[in-house]
Amino acid sequence: MNVDFIIPALLTIITASTPLVFAAIGEIVVEKSGVLNLGIEGMMIVGAIGAFAVAVTTGDPTLAILAGALSGMALAFIFGFLTLFLLSNQVATGLALTLFGIGFSALLGHNFVGQVFSGLPKLNIPGLSDLPGIGPLIFGQDVLVYLSVASAVLVTWFLSRTRWGLALRAVGENHNAAHSIGFSVTMIRLAAVLFGGAMAGLGGAYLSLAHTPLWVENMSAGRGWIALALVVFASWKPWRAFFGAYLFGGITIIQLHAQGFGVDVPSQILSMLPYLATIIVLVLISRDDTRARLNAPACLGRSFHASG
Amino acid sequence: MLIRLEPRGEASRAMVYQSPLIAVVLTLLASMVMFWILGTNPLQAIHAFFIEPISTLDGLAELLVKATPLVLIGIGLSLGFQANIWNIGAEGQLTLGAIFGGVLALAFFDVDTPFLLPAMLIAGIIGGMAWAAIPAFLKTRYNTNEILTSLMLTYVGLLLLSYLIHGPLRDPDGFNFPESRLFHDAAVLPIIFEGTRLHIGWLIALFVAVLAWILIVKHIIGFQIRVIGMAPAAASFAGFKEKRLVWLTLLMSGGAAGLAGVIEVAGPIGQIVPVVSPGYGFTAIIVAFLGRLHPIGVVLAGLLMALTYLGGDSAQITMNLPNAVTGVFQGMLLFFLLASDVLIRYRIKIGSARTRESTA
Repeated sequence: MNVDFIIPALLTIITASTPLVFAAIGEIVVEKSGVLNLGIEGMMIVGAIGAFAVAVTTGDPTLAILAGALSGMALAFIFGFLTLFLLSNQVATGLALTLFGIGFSALLGHNFVGQVFSGLPKLNIPGLSDLPGIGPLIFGQDVLVYLSVASAVLVTWFLSRTRWGLALRAVGENHNAAHSIGFSVTMIRLAAVLFGGAMAGLGGAYLSLAHTPLWVENMSAGRGWIALALVVFASWKPWRAFFGAYLFGGITIIQLHAQGFGVDVPSQILSMLPYLATIIVLVLISRDDTRARLNAPACLGRSFHASG
Repeated sequence: MLIRLEPRGEASRAMVYQSPLIAVVLTLLASMVMFWILGTNPLQAIHAFFIEPISTLDGLAELLVKATPLVLIGIGLSLGFQANIWNIGAEGQLTLGAIFGGVLALAFFDVDTPFLLPAMLIAGIIGGMAWAAIPAFLKTRYNTNEILTSLMLTYVGLLLLSYLIHGPLRDPDGFNFPESRLFHDAAVLPIIFEGTRLHIGWLIALFVAVLAWILIVKHIIGFQIRVIGMAPAAASFAGFKEKRLVWLTLLMSGGAAGLAGVIEVAGPIGQIVPVVSPGYGFTAIIVAFLGRLHPIGVVLAGLLMALTYLGGDSAQITMNLPNAVTGVFQGMLLFFLLASDVLIRYRIKIGSARTRESTA
C-alpha cells in the first residue's frame, strides 16, 4: 500500500458513492414526509438519459445537470399524482415507476447508444489542485460531487433546524394531526416527492456524465435499490446516509482492485459484493425490531385523504 | 368547479373488474399519442403492435409460448401480493430455476430417459424456492424487508448465471461462446402443436393456475392469505401464523418462478444462455396486478402482456420502432391501472365540497 494506490482508490470511492448519496438523501426527505417511493431506480435511469441526451446535443454540462434533475422530477410527479391525489398503493406505484423508467429511458436512449460525452469538467484551482495527494481528492472534483456533499449538509439543516423541515416531519409522523393544525399534507408531500425525484435524477446524471460518460441501457444497475437500503441503514438520518454511501463506494474498490492484488476470483462473483453487502447490512439493521420501528416515520407508506 | 374524490360507502365490486379495461383503453390512447410523437402513423403502429403478431396461427402459438412464464410467475406473485408479501425478485428465482434444471439436463446429457424432464422441472422448482427461501428466512428471522432482499438476490442470481455460462457450463465445443451445449431431446419439452414452438409448458401453466384457484378459493391457506392482506389485526386475533404464511407465499411464488425458468430453457431456448428471460419476472408484477391477483385474471393479463412482447418485436421489424416501446407500454399500463383503481374506493364528484360539509 502506498500513496500511488491510495489516491486512485479514494477517487474511485468518491465516484462510486456520489450517485448513492444523491439518491439516498433525496429518498430520506421523501420518506420523512411519510411517502415510500420505490421508484428511485426508475427516476435515476431517466435522469441519466435526460442528462446525457442534453449533454450530447448541447455540450453544456450545466444544462445537462439541470435536465437530469428535471427528468427525475417529471417522473416523480407521476408518482406523486398517483399516490397523493389518486391515493394509489405506494409500493405498487413505485414499482411501476421503476418498470416504466427503465423502458422509457431505453426508448429515449435509442439514438444515443454509442455516443460519447467528454465528462464533467473538474474544478481546478491552480496550486491547490496540484497538491500531492489531497489536491485532486479535495480540490479536483466535479461540481456534482461538491453538490452531493452540500446536499447532505443542507438537508440535515433543513430537516432539523427549519420550520418547514419540522412541518415535513410532522406530516410524516402523524398526517392527521398535521392536517388539523393547518398544514397541507398533500402539498408538503408532493414537494418532498419532487425533491426526491430531482435528487435521484442528479444521481442518474452523475452516472451518465461523470461515472461512465456514455449511455448504456439499465446503467443504474440497481443503485436506486441500494439507495433505498441505505435509507433504512441510515435510520433516516442524512449524514449517516452520506457515510453509508461511502461505505458502499468502498466495497466497489474491493471489486475493482481485488484482481490487481492477484486475488483469483471471477469478476462476476466480485460484482455480487455490493448486492450481498446490502443484504447483510439490512439484516444487521432490521434485526432489532423496536429500533427499526422507532426510527421509521410513523405514517410511512400510508395514504392520506382529507375528508375521509 | 372542482373535481374531488368522495369515498364510497363500500368498495365497488364492479370497478375491480372494470378498472383493468379502463386502463387498457387509456394505455392504447396514450400509446397512440406516443407513436404520433415518435413520428409514425398511430393506427398503423397499433396494428403492427397488436394485430399483426397474432394474425397467423404461428403468431398465436408464439403468444402462448411468451404467456407461459408470465402466467406462471404472475400466479405465484399474486398469492404473495394478496398477503402483502412483496416478492419482486421473481426474475432471480426464474434464473435459479433455469440454472438448476439446466444443470441437470447437462449432467445427464447422455442419458435418454423419460424421467429426465420431470426431474428437471422439479429441480427448477427447487432452485426457485431455494432463492426465495433466503428472503423468507431473513424476513421471518431478522425482520428484513423482503422487497429489497429479493431484488438484491435477482442481481446476484443473474451474475451467478453469467459466471456459470462463462465458466463451468460453457459448451466445450462452442468456440468459447457463452452458451451451454444444446439439450438432448430427452431434456426438451414436447411440442403440443406440430410446426410451431408451442410446448407443453403452456398446459403446465394452466394447470398451476387451476391449483392456485383451488388454493385461494377452497383452502384454508388461501383464506388466511386473503385475511392477512386485508386485515392483519384480524388475522393475528384469529391466531393465523404470519411467519408460516410468509414462508408459504414466498416459496410458492419462488417455486412458480423457478418452474418458469426451467420451462424457458427446456422449451423455446433448448440450452442455457446468458439471458434466459427478457424481464418476465418484472413484467409478471404487472400481470399479477392487471389480473386482479386472481388466477383467471392472471391468465388473461399474461396473454395481453405476452402480446406486448410480440408487438414490440413486430413494430421493430415492420415500422423500425425501437424494441423498448414494449417496456414503456407495460409501465404505462400499470400506471393507468393504479390510477383507475382509485374508482374502486372513491367516486369522482364534480362541484364544490361545500354542500356536503353543510349537511354533515
